[in-house]
Order: sequence, then C-alpha cells, then structure tokens
Amino acid sequence: MSGLEAVILTIITAATPLLLAALGELVSERSGVLNLGVEGMMVMGAVCGFGAAFVTGSPLLGALAAIGAGMGLALLFAVLTLTLVANQVATGLALTLLGLGLSGLIGEAFVGQPGVKLGRVSIPGLTDIPFIGRILFGQDPLVYVSLALTGAVAYVLFRTRLGLTIRAVGDNHQSAHSLGYQVIATRYACVLFGGACAGLAGGYLSLAYTPQWIENMTAGRGWIAIALVVFATWLPLRVALGAYLFGAVTIFGFYVQAMGIGIPSQFLSSLPYLVTIAALVVISGSRMLTRVNTPACLGQSFVPER
Amino acid sequence: MRLVLERRSEHSQAMAVLSPVIAIGLTLLAGAIIFAMLGLDPLYALYIYFIDPLTSLWSLEQLVVKATPLILIGVGLAICFTANVWNIGAEGQLTMGAIFASAIPILLPAWQSPLALGSMIALGCLGGMIWAFIPAILKTRFGASEILTSLMLVYVAQLFLDWLVRGPWRDPMGFNFPQSATFQGWHLMPTFGGTVHLGSILAVVIVLVLAVMVGRTLTGFEVKVLGNAPRAGRFAGFSRSRMVILCFLLSGALAGLAGMAEVASTVGQLQPTISPGYGFTAIIVAFLGRLNPVGVLLAGFLLAISYLGGEGAQVTLGISDKIARVFQGILLFFVLACDTLILYRVRFETARAPRLAPGE
Amino acid sequence: MAAGETKPQMTRLSAAPEFLLEAHNIVKVFGTLAANDDVSLMVRPGEIHALLGENGAGKSTLVKIIYGALQPNSGELRWLDKRVRIDNPAAARRLGIGMVFQHFSLFEALTVAENIALGLPGAFNMARLSKRIVEVSAEYGLPLKPDELVLDLSVGQRQRIEIVRCLLQEPRLLIMDEPTAVLTPQEADQLFLTLDRLAREGCAILYISHRLEEVKRLCHTATILRLGKVVATVDPANETAASLARLMVGSDVHAVRAGVAQVGGAALLDVTELSLPADGPFGVALRNISFSVRAGEVLAIAGVAGNGQSELFEALSGERPTARRDAIHIAGEPCGRLGVTRRRRLGAAFVPEERLGHGAAPALTLSENILLTRHSTDPGLVRGGFLDRRASGAINNRVAKTFDVRKGKRDPEARALSGGNLQKFVVGRELDRNPKLLVINQPTWGVDAGATAVIRQALINLARSGSAVVAISQDLDEIFEIADRIAVISRGELSTPKSAGDTNREEIGLLMAGAHETASRPAPAAREVHRAAGA
Repeated sequence: MSGLEAVILTIITAATPLLLAALGELVSERSGVLNLGVEGMMVMGAVCGFGAAFVTGSPLLGALAAIGAGMGLALLFAVLTLTLVANQVATGLALTLLGLGLSGLIGEAFVGQPGVKLGRVSIPGLTDIPFIGRILFGQDPLVYVSLALTGAVAYVLFRTRLGLTIRAVGDNHQSAHSLGYQVIATRYACVLFGGACAGLAGGYLSLAYTPQWIENMTAGRGWIAIALVVFATWLPLRVALGAYLFGAVTIFGFYVQAMGIGIPSQFLSSLPYLVTIAALVVISGSRMLTRVNTPACLGQSFVPER
Repeated sequence: MRLVLERRSEHSQAMAVLSPVIAIGLTLLAGAIIFAMLGLDPLYALYIYFIDPLTSLWSLEQLVVKATPLILIGVGLAICFTANVWNIGAEGQLTMGAIFASAIPILLPAWQSPLALGSMIALGCLGGMIWAFIPAILKTRFGASEILTSLMLVYVAQLFLDWLVRGPWRDPMGFNFPQSATFQGWHLMPTFGGTVHLGSILAVVIVLVLAVMVGRTLTGFEVKVLGNAPRAGRFAGFSRSRMVILCFLLSGALAGLAGMAEVASTVGQLQPTISPGYGFTAIIVAFLGRLNPVGVLLAGFLLAISYLGGEGAQVTLGISDKIARVFQGILLFFVLACDTLILYRVRFETARAPRLAPGE
Repeated sequence: MAAGETKPQMTRLSAAPEFLLEAHNIVKVFGTLAANDDVSLMVRPGEIHALLGENGAGKSTLVKIIYGALQPNSGELRWLDKRVRIDNPAAARRLGIGMVFQHFSLFEALTVAENIALGLPGAFNMARLSKRIVEVSAEYGLPLKPDELVLDLSVGQRQRIEIVRCLLQEPRLLIMDEPTAVLTPQEADQLFLTLDRLAREGCAILYISHRLEEVKRLCHTATILRLGKVVATVDPANETAASLARLMVGSDVHAVRAGVAQVGGAALLDVTELSLPADGPFGVALRNISFSVRAGEVLAIAGVAGNGQSELFEALSGERPTARRDAIHIAGEPCGRLGVTRRRRLGAAFVPEERLGHGAAPALTLSENILLTRHSTDPGLVRGGFLDRRASGAINNRVAKTFDVRKGKRDPEARALSGGNLQKFVVGRELDRNPKLLVINQPTWGVDAGATAVIRQALINLARSGSAVVAISQDLDEIFEIADRIAVISRGELSTPKSAGDTNREEIGLLMAGAHETASRPAPAAREVHRAAGA
C-alpha cells in the first residue's frame, strides 16, 4: 500500500464520524433547534455501540445500539426544549455533561477490552484494483452510509415537501404555524434524527476508527461537528467537504508527527481545534455567506399563541 | 393527553425558590432508583452519598476545598449567563490560570516571599483573563459563536499544559514523570488548620463582593437588563459588546484564580490533569444557584458533596465514583425542567381543545 | 388606469344570485368592547367593494370573521344565498375566499415557488408549479420569478407572492387588507390593473383601505365603518374624498385643547435634512426630513404605521446615529452622532412605540425600570456606581400617584401591568424628569380611554410649562386634541408643518393618504437598500 493511499484511507476514517454527526445536527438546526448535546450523544453512542458489540459479538447490533443511545438522549433533549420550552443552550450543555458522565460510568466495564471491529467491505474484483480499489470499494460500510446520507439529506431537504416544511419551520415558526404546519412535531422528528446520527457517529469511533473504548474518546469531535455546520453554512454538500477537510487537518498532524520533525505532538493535535476557530471567524465575519442559510429561528423557543 | 403551558404574568417568586429544591428532590429520587437497579439498598446508598460526607470534620474540610473552585468559577459564570453571554470555556481558562501562576514556582523557585504568592494569584487571574478575552473579541468583532470558540480553547489549553509538563517544565528530578517540580513554601496557598486554604477565603469574599455588585450597582443592573431585554438595554444606553467583554474577563479571571488555587494547594504541582472538570461542573453550579452569587455558594457546596459522596461510595459501596458525574448531569436536567414552572403554569389537557385559527 | 378609461362594469350573470357574500347583523364583542356592532355588508360577484374606516373602526375584525379566523357572537353569513358557517381559514378557502394580509406569512430564506407551495394544500410538483406561477403571475400583470429568494424582493414583489398564492386557488372573493400601505405609486398602479382584471372575470374584491383617492378610483361600492358600526354604504363615484373622509372620521369636535401655545425662544429640537437609509428589507428610508419645535409647543407627526415613524424615532433618540452630526440639534447642541444617554443629559426624553421590550424591560420591576432611562440623568439614583433603590422606589411611587398607575402591588414586574397602566408608567417616568424635549411615538395606542385622557393632558401640560413635545401618532382624534402644529409623514417624507388651527381632519387625512409625496419615484429594491445600509 502506497503512502498516499494510506493517507487517503485514514482521512476518510477520520472524516466519517464528523460527517455523520454534522449531518444530523444540520437537520436539527434547519428546523430551528440548536442541539449542543452532540458531544454527549456521540460519546454515549460510542460506549453503547462498543458494549453491545462486545456483548453480542455483532458490530451491526453495536451500530444499532449506538443509534438507539443517541436517540434516547435526543428524546430527553426534545422533551425539555420543545415541550417544556427550556433554554436550548443550557439544555444542550446538560445533555453533553450527562452523556459524558453516563458514558464514563457505563464504559468502566469495557475499558481495555478488545473491540469488535466493523469489517471492511470487500467486493471481489473491484476491491483489488490497485490504489483506487481499496479507497472506493474497500471501506467499512458506515463510510458508504455517511456518503449516502449526505446525498439523502440534500435531496430530502431541497426536493421534497418534508424538507420544505423543515426549512419553513426553521425560518419562521409563527408563519409555519399560521399556515397549519405542526412545528413541534417536525422539530421532534429532526432532533431525533440528529440524535441517531450523532449516536452512529460515536459508534463509528468505537467500532471502526479505534475499536476500543476509552473514556471521553470523542475528544471534542461533537463540538467540531457543530462548528462544521456553521462553517458549511447549513448545506449538506459543504458539510461533507468540511468534514473531509477537517479529517485531513487531523491526519496531517499525525503524519507530521510520524515524520519526526521537531514540532511538539500536542501542537499538532491542537490543529483541528485551532482550525475550527479560524473557520468560524471567517464564516461568521462574512454576513454574505451566512445570510441566506442561517435558519432564522435557530435557538428560539416556540410556544403557539392560543 | 397533552401538556399545555400557560404563561404567568410574573415570575413566580415561590417557584424561583422551590424549583431548585424540587430539582434536588427529583434527583435524589432518580438516584434511589439507580441504586436500586444496581442492587443496593437505596436509602443506605443515598445516606453514604449525601449525608455521610457531612458527618466528619475531615470530610467537611474536604467539602470546603472541593467547593472552592466550583464557587469561584460558578459565580463568574452566573454573571455571564445572566447577561446571556455563554462562556463554556472556563475549564480552559482555569488551565491557563494554573499555567501562568505556575511560572513563578517553576522558573523562580528561589523567590520565597508573600509577594511571590500575591504574584501567583495575580498571574492566575491574568492567565484566565487572556484566555477568555479571545472568544470575547472574536464574538464582538466577527460574530463568531462564543460557545464554540471558548470550548475549542479548552482543548488547546489542555494540550498546551500537556506539552509543558512533558517538555520544558518537567521536573528534572521527577523520574521522568510528566509533572513539574513540587511547589514549596510561599508558592503554596497558606492553610488554616488542615486542608482549608486561602482560596476558600477568597471565594467567600468574592461571592460577597459580587453579590453586592449584582444586586446594588449600576453594572449589575446593566447585566440584568442586557441579558433580559436587549432592546431595552440599548434604549437605556448600555452597550452589548462592552458587556460581553466584561463578562468574559471577569469569569476568566475567576476561573484562572481557581486554577491557580488548585495547583497551589491540592495538587501542589503542575500535572497533565489538574481539574476533574470543575469548569464544566461550575455550569451546573451556576444554574442550580439560580444565577445568584449567594445561591451559587450553596449550590457549590451541594455539588461538592456529590464529588465527595462519589469517592465515599466507591470505598464503602464499591460502585464507581463516576456516578457522581451522572448525578450532576441528572441534576442539571431537573433544574432546567423545573425552571419552566417559574414562567409557566403546567396543565395536562385531556380533550383536544378546538384548534384556534391563525390571527386569533 | 390610464386617463379616459372607465371602471370595469360588473359582470352580472342572469341566473346567478345577486350577492356573492352577505354578512347580516354581525356582532363581535371583546370583553366590553363591541368591535363589530350590528354590521351588515353585501358583496356582488365582480364587485370591488371598499371597506373604509379608521384604526379601531372594526374593519379587521369583520374581515377576520369572513375569513374564518374569528367567530361572530351573533349574526349570519350567506354565500351565494345559502347560509354558511366559516369555521376556519381552510373552510373559507374551500368556499373560494382568499385573503392577502397586511403582514405577510412569508419565509425569507425560501424561493417564491417554495413559499407558494407551502401555502397550497396537497402534493405538488415543483416544476409544474413554477410554470404555473410564471403563467398566472404574468397573466395578471404581477410577474414573478419562481426561483428568486424572498429575501431579495421588495415589499411590493413580496405582496405579489401573497396575491399569486391566492390566485392559484381560483378565488371568487379576494380580501385585501390595506394593500397599498407599503407600495410605491407605480406598484399601486400595477396592482389596480390586476384587480380590475380580476373583477372583470367575475371575482369580487373586498378592499380594506383608508386611502380615499384610491377608493374613489378603483371601487364600485364603499362601506364605511366607524367605532364598530356601519355609518354608510355609498358609491364612491358620487362622493368626494372630502365627503368620504368626513364619513370616516366624523365631524364632531372633541374636547377643546387646553390653553394657547406660548411659543417662544430658540428651537429645542432642530432637524435639518435628515436622511437615513432603510434598515433591512422591511425598513423605510427617511428622506430629507426637516422640522423644528420650540419651547411651549406640541408638534404632532401624523401618519399611518409603516411610513418611517420608528426610523424617525430611532434617529431622534440616538439609537441609530445619523451620518451628519448637525442633522439633529437638541437644545442647540449638534447631536446626530451622540448616543441616547448623552441626548438625555441634554434634557431630552423618549417614549418608544413598543412599551414592553423597548420602553420597559418586561422581567424587571417598575422601580428598576425607572433606572432604565434615568440612571445617568438623576443625580440621586446612582451614587458612586451604587444604586439607591429607595430613591428609585420613591420616584416609582410618585409616578404612580401622579399618573394614576393601577397595579396589583407597589412594585410588580413591568409585564404584569395592563397596557394602559404600563403606558402611564412609561410616560410618567419621563415626564417626572421635566424634560426640555419629549419625543413620544404613539402615545395612546392600545390604551383605554381613562389612561388616554391622563396621558394626553400630561403632554399638553408639559408643553405649556415650557418644554417642546413631538408626538408621532396615527390617531387623528389625539392629534387634534393635543397638537399646536401638525406635519404628516408618508413613505419617509415629511410634509410642511401647519398650525392646527389652519387645517382640519379631512386635509390631514388626505395627506396621510399620500397626497403630498413626490411623484413617480422608483422604489429601491430591498437588496439595494440593504446594501446601502452597509449590510
């Protein structure tokens, strides 16, 4: 395997969890709900996915458990913010803290245990093509899921009635309500979808990326995913682009380290976080780019006028 | 069955006091259920967890020590959140404060005098302030979300600390462990009796000062107005950007001070991890204390109990001390849920009310 | 319509019922207020029927009843001579009633086609819908591009979306609520062509307006409401704008103004060629506004909401700085670039239109709200950075007593007060300072009669004691009760102020309807305006 091929492969695996989590958050935010609990949902997905796979031996069940864990936490968030109109920022933080704490507790039993790795796809004939064979046809299934999901989210949001409703609810919930659309129900669905994606992203980390469980193994990826949505101006295709860019930045750090140049490893590890800040500054500072796509009702509570 | 919210005409004063109490009660209930599911006697477990830490002098001192950083950071965050400024990076500001303060014992170990201690305190505050200034200015100049930028800086700060203790600031006589030389003499917080140190005194003093500021000064009034009704705040001539920077600098200084207090007492040196997440737990402290300085004081103690209880439960009951974090998370959830009661009356409706047409 | 063209004749099909919609003896009561008091209205197919009246006359209520958004307490609605109950807007739409609201239900970040799709029931095919939009909109003279974003459209173009959305459902009765309030003269002309066309095709139009020249030009019939009752049903062709105005506002004169203005001395407020670009797509640009107010007089600025009043208020208060510092002088000081606190220190006081959220902070108590505007002007309220709560409490008590503020307890939260009492508090808070200049926007909007009298008298007293008062209002009663001089703001321009004694309601009503505007000025597209504002 050539060096470039290896680099590309690792970029893909680094980008996939970011992509999955960011797509989920994008849908949630498009409907007007800011869910800062992505990190919590992701880490719960990681621990539950690992645990289920470890106990049953099936990475597929692990992935399903990860999705379930993410959705469970998302449901908690939805009840608080949509039904009890609690502050979305505070509740999202609570979700993250709860998720991190709960995952630490559950994960104690699994620290140091060998992981059940999600196998890679292998298509006879195609996978063996030199160089592009493994990149295009030899990934683990979740990579393909993440790419398919990107296309699906883009299609549903912009070409179906459901997507139109979601965008309308996020743009002006009072107008949507007066036109007869169910604002709260739509938001519940979008938040749960976001939770499923975040959970799956976490599951990917513990099932494919580094098949083991380490406490707090998400290391802030959930937060980067949220920043990614802003950076991509709430467009699915740009989210994919951003995820791969961030994946590249992360991997770049590893490879520079491996090359033995005298840059401290900690600095290289901090690159993704610094780049995130820079990206946010660039995007937020330009009103032109954000103007159209920022959901106007993002973070605002909705109580129907009676 | 539908849950219907009815807006109250005023904040319910009763609920403002009751809501945290109800939340605590619900958390205890949830805790009892969790313990029962783990096969333990719920009441005994709750006793070990919450009451036992209060029964001995030693653990009371530990309580004070653990509550100190929570209170210091929490009171700063309470002011931030009141102004609708979201400083989530207190953990990073705590780290930078610890690093700045540690420069003295590590680089000037021979300078032993009260002035050295005073400088450490000042440097601790400065480190936190500088680290907090970054998200503040990025928000006011570029509109970048302060939540995300302050949070990203937490990871950066922790990586910076890691590099320092493994590299340039590693103790040459420390057997290659990733830690700095231990602090000596005037580079440690003076203690009173056993373990209670100067930081705790400072915390109480700061709470009192800020309580006065929030309740009695024009600046405190500005904080309230800008957080509550930004347009009225503009009408009053108050500046939102000034408030963002002020809040970040204040909470950054306090977090930095807490960081300094931690490394100059409990830990006694610089290590890769110097805080079990105080900067994040302080968020819960701020909300539980209803964003009020005195409330934060009480809430800080309550959450300190949960830390101690976790350790005690590990020893006595054999359950993981990580359950403390779960309790804290559950508590915050209940606090936020119960807060709804302050602004709304909750009713359950069985019959579907006729859907009123738009424009009613 | 070009000169010489006559109004369309109404199509009358021989076997069809004479009336499309009939409303008989409609009564609608809110609390003790009868918004509609025995109102009857008849609309023929193909008829353009105006519904005239001032604010609060009951036009909106009646129309909401017809559209199914409200249910009457008593009375009957008939459609094509059959008694009907219109339970909700969907039922109204099924009958064939479409409504274009004054405030649109649009989604700014979505395209024209998407906005229309959201308003149409059932499944849709975007490509086909876009084609239909292009066809129908062009056919009726309101061309729309389906892929444009609403964000980029002017107000007139946005209204077209609302209209085309209705047209696609093939309505038989189209209700239009103050359609030309935010249109330029050219856009209004285009709209009239469309409405004529619709009427010729047999669609009836219920046209709510207060613009009398338009009504005369366009409508076949006019029903005039005043204080909830039908005053007359006339053919506008037989009336003059003046006679219509008299029917609308009544000719009874209210209480005589207290005293005569002792006007003298230098101007306490001097505005010279104030221009301000619009702030966002829904904003109104101010153009070359000039006026001055001297000690002892009340200048009323009349105008229908949405013609630049908020913008003017924010420019005067300092919440929006102006480009030139000498555009505004307060007590002789050039302060175009000074903030609101500095202007207050010069002796100015301000009361905005929105009392909850702008004039007062809803979650703060009354005594805290006293501090809101007086923290830097009252020496006793803040000492060395510390608040003197007793002092602010004392002011609160004084204001409550002097202005009869009724509240449950001594110091409740602002949001617990009724509208009228909160307004008395907000006005009282400023008047208690004896300001040299008071700028107040909509002094008694939504305020009960008792509080209204208190506030208006207080404004007059303030002026008589030697201060200058600027009152922006859309209530003609109020204007003639308190004003010494009157100017009219329309589409961001101000008419030359006239002495109240030299004018009358009809004339002011005509000016409010736009008679004085500079003709044929193209409306800037919302996007250009946005750019000019430095977005």
